[in-house]
Amino acid sequence: MSESRPFHLAVELSGAGRHPAAWRLPDADAAGLLTAAHWAELVRTAERAGAVFAAFADSVQPPSAATDVVQARLDATGLAALLGPLTARIGLVPVTPVTYAEPFHLAKALATIDIVSGGRVGWQVDVAAPAGSGPGDVQAAQFHGRSAAGAAAQWREAHDVIEVVRRLWDSWEDDAIVLDAATDRYIDRSRVHDVAFTGETFSVAVASITPRSPQGQPIVVARGDSPYALAVAVTGADVIRVAARDVQGAADLVARVRAAVAGSGRPAGSVHVLLDVETLLGADEAAARGRLAELDSLAARAFDPSGLHVVAGVDRAADALADLVELTGVDGIVLQPLAHAGDLALLADEVTPRLRAQGRLVDRPAPGGPDAPRTLRDAFGLDRPISRYTAAR
Amino acid sequence: MPKQIHLAAHFPGVNHHTVWTDPSHQPDTQTAFASFEHLARTAERGKLDFLFLAEGLRLREQRGQLVDHDVVGRPDTYTVLAALAGVTSRLGLAGTINATFNEPYELARQFATLDHLSAGRAAWNVVTSSDAFHGANFRRGGYLDHADRYERAREVVEAARALWDAWAADAVVADAATGVYARDRSIGLVRTDGRLVDIEARPTLPRPPQGHPVIIQAGDSDAGRELAAQVADAVFSRHGSLEEGRAFYADVKGRLARYGRSPEDLKILPGASFVLGDTPAEAEERIREIQRQQVRPAVARAFVEQLWNRDLSDYDVDGPLPEIDPLVEAPSITQGRAATFKDPFAVAATWRALAAEKGLSIRELVIEVIGRQSFVGTPEHVADEIDRYVQSDASDGFILVPHLTPHGLDEFVDRVVPLLQERGSFRTEYTGTTLREHLGLPAAGHFGRTLDGVGAADEALPVA
Repeated sequence: MSESRPFHLAVELSGAGRHPAAWRLPDADAAGLLTAAHWAELVRTAERAGAVFAAFADSVQPPSAATDVVQARLDATGLAALLGPLTARIGLVPVTPVTYAEPFHLAKALATIDIVSGGRVGWQVDVAAPAGSGPGDVQAAQFHGRSAAGAAAQWREAHDVIEVVRRLWDSWEDDAIVLDAATDRYIDRSRVHDVAFTGETFSVAVASITPRSPQGQPIVVARGDSPYALAVAVTGADVIRVAARDVQGAADLVARVRAAVAGSGRPAGSVHVLLDVETLLGADEAAARGRLAELDSLAARAFDPSGLHVVAGVDRAADALADLVELTGVDGIVLQPLAHAGDLALLADEVTPRLRAQGRLVDRPAPGGPDAPRTLRDAFGLDRPISRYTAAR
Repeated sequence: MPKQIHLAAHFPGVNHHTVWTDPSHQPDTQTAFASFEHLARTAERGKLDFLFLAEGLRLREQRGQLVDHDVVGRPDTYTVLAALAGVTSRLGLAGTINATFNEPYELARQFATLDHLSAGRAAWNVVTSSDAFHGANFRRGGYLDHADRYERAREVVEAARALWDAWAADAVVADAATGVYARDRSIGLVRTDGRLVDIEARPTLPRPPQGHPVIIQAGDSDAGRELAAQVADAVFSRHGSLEEGRAFYADVKGRLARYGRSPEDLKILPGASFVLGDTPAEAEERIREIQRQQVRPAVARAFVEQLWNRDLSDYDVDGPLPEIDPLVEAPSITQGRAATFKDPFAVAATWRALAAEKGLSIRELVIEVIGRQSFVGTPEHVADEIDRYVQSDASDGFILVPHLTPHGLDEFVDRVVPLLQERGSFRTEYTGTTLREHLGLPAAGHFGRTLDGVGAADEALPVA
């Protein structure tokens, strides 16, 4: 192994894990999957594992008719809000399909999660299933008067949504609340700004109702796997997530993303590229293989990895993750555990300590010192931007 | 045992009632999570039924400018409630969320999520607005006819209830041994064919712990009262005299029978403010100071401008009311709050008479008109009054509105709650775990059978 630069570890959580039978493992807490206690325990474990953020998968896809998989799914935005006061360092990233959502509501909900978490929200932008697909029509029918649009139109709209949400986050300057009893002014109204956005599919006229949040601009996460998504991510995201079938495919994709970022004129260090890796951990190699065999035996069919994956004992897992970073040139990895319960504990207790001892994990302290609150921007080494409206003065 | 009182706490709002000139008030006091957490923990310490959050969809404006003399700005209702679910264990969590500029699918999903994460403590105050002023921030704009507001609310609530009912109560088996997570065909497809809500949806969440989160309704008009009788579990009403309260209570409860409901199925909870003192004189002294802080010169001028519907910046608020008449033909100069004056000439005449009789300046007149507090006096007196209203069927309790953020409820919980407990008319411990249980409401199954125009079918979608 060569000398490597430190990387970020993040996790993405969904159901009981990526494996369809994950909920059947003895430690999976199948009955508690919708409770606050379950998610608090899980995400605190991810926090202990040094994860820079936990992403919460979500979509507007309805449950299927399958009886043997977890069909229940909480609203990721509410889940991230719940976890704000219950955690201290980890970023909280709800995945939000914007296609049928109101941008104004999104902006204030995310700003509010930023407030209740002390500056640790991220926002992963997604779109609904496009027109022409079965799921596209099924998803659209859930919303009054809506029909599915094509992927290109959906991502154009997502671009607009990011723009307007970012404007809304800036619409209150940091010092807008003046509490000036002498002049009877709670705010200085010259520091609260209309966003005046008119796009192809929606418009938003005025300022947010929510004052500027701790990060000012929460981290925006987007996927860079498809050309439409990548075009939006390159201009609008701080973190770009990619997935690939194999190492070479990942390396090529990462190179394309980096070239696109460079071509957009954004500074290279301002965008972090993270690679999805499905993981199943064991105390050793045999234990990991045993767990996979157990899961596969419980499922209707064997696990079919959707891309890069690491099924390994804790020793080799740490090296395998570091190697993936080296070989693909990413800034970090989003672990997608096949089974939350066991994987996150092993990550926290065994894998992270190894990576830390090798100096492989980025773990920036808060600018205010080790005990100061650390925002998600801090964790990524991104400065807190001043409002565009302050800058324009 | 006397009739049991239901008490809730309102987070101090974006209006003149909230005193922001108090030295404890900081720029982030209205938004900091610590403020919400303090009020919620205080309410829970006092064994209150629930905490109530209002909502904003656009900052208020007057004469084309942002209102800047009252509290401005607040966080998003739903996400604050979700955050509070993690730091409280028994307190109900109620929030206003507009039914006009949200989809029933997402409203149902948000409140189902909140109900699951809080183990049965969610409540939704359903409001509607139709105006283009608020609509300017949303995809649809001001699309809704004013006359359709209550129809929209009814259809949205019925759709939400159908979505909450879509999973059979015993759908989730989660049996690791047999590998059955959800029973076959136990997740229904909801079809509504309403004029305003026409959707086909299969929700992602099992039936909420309460069955249906508690529904609150706040309209006072005839249509609002009828909607409350039809769909609500609680009414957030205005506080008035004992006689007005009794009349409202009798009227709304009297409407329940035609929907097959009983009087105890709907709780009447007026909003109420309070000022305490060790003696009656001290309470009177405190209320005068609070009123001076609430009705500062800019507040007084803005209030009179709303009635006169014109710029009165040349008038001295310590001087007499304007002699010119209100402008009634012009469009309203006030945006973002409910219109309060039906007949400006008549109101102006009343105000002038009152000001002449008592020799009041503009500011003194406004204090007289809007500075009123519901319950003023010693803790014993306030406890007496609250109990009297409830025992006389003028209400089932109150939603308390403190004037200070976030410590405005502390004194009430410390000094008034114990007195109500001594009387046996307020709980000393929570006896249930859900908000429905706190409020003494029937199980939600009742509504699932009375929905019209909504059906939960059991046909299955293909396995994805």
